[in-house]
Amino acid sequence: MWVNNFLILGAILFCIGVYGVIARKNAVMVLMAIELILNSVNLNLLAFSQMHHNADGNVFALYIIAVAAAEVGVGLSMVLLIYRNRRSIALDELSEMKG
Amino acid sequence: MVASSINVAQNVGFYLIAAVMVGAAISVVSNRNVVHAALSLVLVMAGAAAQYLLLAAEFVAVTQVLVYIGAVMVLFLFGVMLTRAKLGRDGDLNNRNWGLGIPVAVLMLGVISWAVLDGWKDATLPADRGPVSTKAVSDSIFQPYLLPFWALSFVLLIAAIGAIVLARKD
Repeated sequence: MWVNNFLILGAILFCIGVYGVIARKNAVMVLMAIELILNSVNLNLLAFSQMHHNADGNVFALYIIAVAAAEVGVGLSMVLLIYRNRRSIALDELSEMKG
Repeated sequence: MVASSINVAQNVGFYLIAAVMVGAAISVVSNRNVVHAALSLVLVMAGAAAQYLLLAAEFVAVTQVLVYIGAVMVLFLFGVMLTRAKLGRDGDLNNRNWGLGIPVAVLMLGVISWAVLDGWKDATLPADRGPVSTKAVSDSIFQPYLLPFWALSFVLLIAAIGAIVLARKD
């Protein structure tokens, strides 16, 4: 089986995720698109891990899963805080930090 | 590539799961219903776990199911509910200039695909080597990659404390 199969699938998912980050206004939907990106990277790592028959790819895939879990926890609590203060999580209305 | 080294069942499985994953991923970024988008994300995660099994990484596949489908998706659904998103169709989920994302994504896909196809022209996965054993993975975690493992446990601890501090009402 070609390695390229998995690498191209990862590239497609990555680009769909990037589109989601650019296009979405709802903060929760942006976090979902970021999850797509992280998953596509994991797919690449595991494909290379199996290609070279080396455990390093599996190790870093596990680390990325852990980092993604931490990122979602902090991200969603920030979204909840923003919602509590502004009654809205539309990202284009958040302009307090504009210079 | 020798014809006998092509595993037909593996390829059919890959393309079926890949088609489901791409369709569900497009639904995640384009669905007008927040809950439906979250459920499409479950489909992508499950498809990714299946692809990990095709890549003979059982431990990562099981972890994917436990962490993503079990924990992260529950967090997302709580996030959707607590921010009182409209539970039906919502026409106001995209930015004004969302169309800009399409050329960016297509251009990026073109560049990455070109680099990948040029770099690994017909490299194949070894069919006869068997999976990377979970024992080898744990040996790697606890010997050469122990320091990132410690760093990661601190990241998780700080993320948990940070989430509590941010979300509690004073």
